[in-house]
Amino acid sequence: MMGMTPLLVAADLSKTFAKGGGRVVALDHASFDIAAGETLGLVGPSGSGKSTLARILLRLIEPDGGSVRFAGVDLLALKGARLRAMRARIQMVFQEPLAAFNPRATVAGALDDPLRIHGRMDRHGRKTAIAGLLERVGLDASLAGRAIHEISGGQRQRVAVARALATKPDLIVLDEAVSALDMSVRGQVLQLLVDLQREDGIAYIFVSHDLAVVRAVAHRIAIMEAGRIVEIGPAQEVIENPRSATGKALISAVPRLRL
Amino acid sequence: MTLLIRFLRSPEGVAGLVLLGLLISVALLASVFFPRDPLSIAGPALLPPFQDRAFPLGTDRLGRDVLAGLMHGARASLAVGIAATLVAMVVGALVGTIAGFAGGIVDEALMRIVDAFQIVPGFLLALAFVSVVGASLLVVILAIALGAWTGPARLARAEVLSIRERDYVAAARVIGMHPLEIAIREVLPNALPPVLALGSVIVAGAVLTEAALSFLGLGDPNLVTWGSMIAEGRNVLRTAPFLSIIPGIGLVLTVLGIYLFSEGLGEALARRRIRA
Repeated sequence: MMGMTPLLVAADLSKTFAKGGGRVVALDHASFDIAAGETLGLVGPSGSGKSTLARILLRLIEPDGGSVRFAGVDLLALKGARLRAMRARIQMVFQEPLAAFNPRATVAGALDDPLRIHGRMDRHGRKTAIAGLLERVGLDASLAGRAIHEISGGQRQRVAVARALATKPDLIVLDEAVSALDMSVRGQVLQLLVDLQREDGIAYIFVSHDLAVVRAVAHRIAIMEAGRIVEIGPAQEVIENPRSATGKALISAVPRLRL
Repeated sequence: MTLLIRFLRSPEGVAGLVLLGLLISVALLASVFFPRDPLSIAGPALLPPFQDRAFPLGTDRLGRDVLAGLMHGARASLAVGIAATLVAMVVGALVGTIAGFAGGIVDEALMRIVDAFQIVPGFLLALAFVSVVGASLLVVILAIALGAWTGPARLARAEVLSIRERDYVAAARVIGMHPLEIAIREVLPNALPPVLALGSVIVAGAVLTEAALSFLGLGDPNLVTWGSMIAEGRNVLRTAPFLSIIPGIGLVLTVLGIYLFSEGLGEALARRRIRA
């Protein structure tokens, strides 16, 4: 992937939150890029700014400074209808699958929203598309009529992945997307993500505090500490020979890794 | 549906539902049993209750049937109470939702208006409004709503502020949903249940305010209300206390029924929240 124009380039992103009279620096001049079809693991201890960074890329939080270029477009300059149209290309999967859906939503309703907003399909076309999406994430099409709160956590996260896929994005930001799932389901969802990437060439930014999970899917790994990206490089290299103190600490904290 | 089942499981809810159902059927059947104007003279004056088959609850100073007044009064009390609450809730929920969503200067301005209404006692506000504009059914409804919309406004704003930060709202933004659609489809339906639960408490307050206004002679003069019946009976309180006591019991039962109903509703909603 070297030499290609990166899909997304983030430069000097900074964000400070006011908290109880004091100021908390969540992001301190963070810069990185990601190529099309690549998985970038974003790892760091709690409070290192991973989620803030993820949410800035989705324009859910506005940064204080810095720039994000996505497919040649200045992402931070977009507004209104043009921003909403661009959102089809960058999607997100949240940590808590239950919290990420309207408590009143059904599976079909949750998948219909992005298709209705971005697609030019009629009602019948969308129904077919919903069945197709469910099948792609390994769910039975008969699940469409169920309420989100009626299905299991693993199924819910698959629906969340299906919702992210609905707009055919180039990039999906996965914010601790498998942390709330139990071990066996976690493996299945990770496998699903890898398979989808192989089929469609979607790029992932995989945010996690769990290095073992990131190692399983990431091509490159960025390690964050106190709002800064302290180390970034090919996954193998970062894990076998971490240069930053945070990287060393994170890797020694994973008992299952034999180095 | 499960909400209904949980509601029916709470004893308060069932008791309130029975009481309210009874009152509503009384109000609806008023013109079936007493098609004549309840303000018209029907028999001898000051007939005590349980003496004459034709007037089971007796007659007042002018010989008007107390039972007819009571039933028609139930209609007026409930109609005014529910209408005033509807106005208060719609205005309040709208103002609160806008304030919570817009934030910044819009929020500040709207909430200062809410403050301004809230520091004046609701009854005083209603009294002043009716005195200035003149008593009619519509004016009384608006006057009561004037003092009652601030509660729903504050609650709706607080709910919107909390729901606005939830992941599913972020998820709706991520898929490119229009902000207006997010407000109407994602936030409002989930912010409304606690506001609706507050609604039944407002109905109880509105029924009492209406009675107090009528008692002071500021109700619609062409309507029989429990408040006006109590006021009428006050003049002969020593000789015929039943004229004030009977509509008084009606008021107590109505307010009690509404409170029990809202208690059951609140409990059913709270249990759903815990499970969700």
